[in-house]
Amino acid sequence: MERKEEYADGFRKGIPIGLGYLPVSFTFGVMAVAGGIPVSLAIFTSLSNLTSAGQFAGTKLIIAGAGYFEIALTTFVINIRYMLMSLALSQKMEEGIGFFRRLLIGYGVTDEVFAIASVEKKKLTAPYMYGLFTAPVIGWTLGTALGALISGLLVDSVANAMGIALYAMFIAIIVPPAKKSKPIVFTILLAVALMILMETVPVFSVISEGFRVIIATILAAGTAAFLFPIREEAQQAAGPEYGEKSGQAGCETAGQSGGEEAAR
Amino acid sequence: MKALIGVLVMALVTYIPRVFPLVVFRRQIENIYIRSFLFYVPYAVLAALTFPSIFWSTGSVITAAAGTLTAILLAYFEKSLVVVAVAAILVVYVSQLIAAAV
Repeated sequence: MERKEEYADGFRKGIPIGLGYLPVSFTFGVMAVAGGIPVSLAIFTSLSNLTSAGQFAGTKLIIAGAGYFEIALTTFVINIRYMLMSLALSQKMEEGIGFFRRLLIGYGVTDEVFAIASVEKKKLTAPYMYGLFTAPVIGWTLGTALGALISGLLVDSVANAMGIALYAMFIAIIVPPAKKSKPIVFTILLAVALMILMETVPVFSVISEGFRVIIATILAAGTAAFLFPIREEAQQAAGPEYGEKSGQAGCETAGQSGGEEAAR
Repeated sequence: MKALIGVLVMALVTYIPRVFPLVVFRRQIENIYIRSFLFYVPYAVLAALTFPSIFWSTGSVITAAAGTLTAILLAYFEKSLVVVAVAAILVVYVSQLIAAAV
């Protein structure tokens, strides 16, 4: 594909992410301003951080007057998961993408951008990645601006209801591929079971939320990889003919190849 | 000023884990288990982020459960991110009204 087409393809697939970000970033804007953060700083936070959980937690700490080290450590721990995601993406990147373009691509690796990019059945190009995170950056920043500006006008019941938006979006990403792949269902259930275990057993409950997510991720994905390894051919098999379809279709084929493989 | 520095610190520790592997790991990893592990990571991490946190996301476990059920159901029928997110918000909002009325 041409560079321009690559960008357009990424951009198109990023639009649903950008729209999905609106209610979540709106909630962030409301929360930040209600806590005394200036509107402009709330918007700058979203533009510079471009992350959900870490940004919410870090901003709450700033509002609470915490020290820089605590802010840095908490945010970092919540965000270590991005290392796993970027590592996975590094394996799907087209050869020959230079250092500076990688610096730019790194900025846009969010959970949802990763979810779409990681199930693409083609090599990831730099223009595709730029396109993919364009709408999410706009949606995340714009939603924050809107939430920050009308923060005072919003009633609690609406703000409470918006709290679920982020999680609903995560569910929308993982459920469709899970329908077609038992190993993925296994991975999801194991990760959740581990989270519940760490939350309820007193010995583990001292572990911070961010670390729990990392531990659950490594154990669940590691166990699934051991029990249901995916052969190279299966990953490539569904390849070219699905490359042109939407991210959603990509998710399905990824799920299928996992499922077929496990059935052998 | 203190808040601005805090935000810049957050931005930095968010950016580093994102960009580090992209710059460092430029060659294909051949090991099938590592490749499979990386294939399963998104499902594990998104599931771990969502459950059980989602049940405390609205200030009431009951309204959150209603929203969660809605999201799972719509996701199962492969509705888009936006539809799932907005429907979950609406269901939580409506069930709050019902809970307040009962």
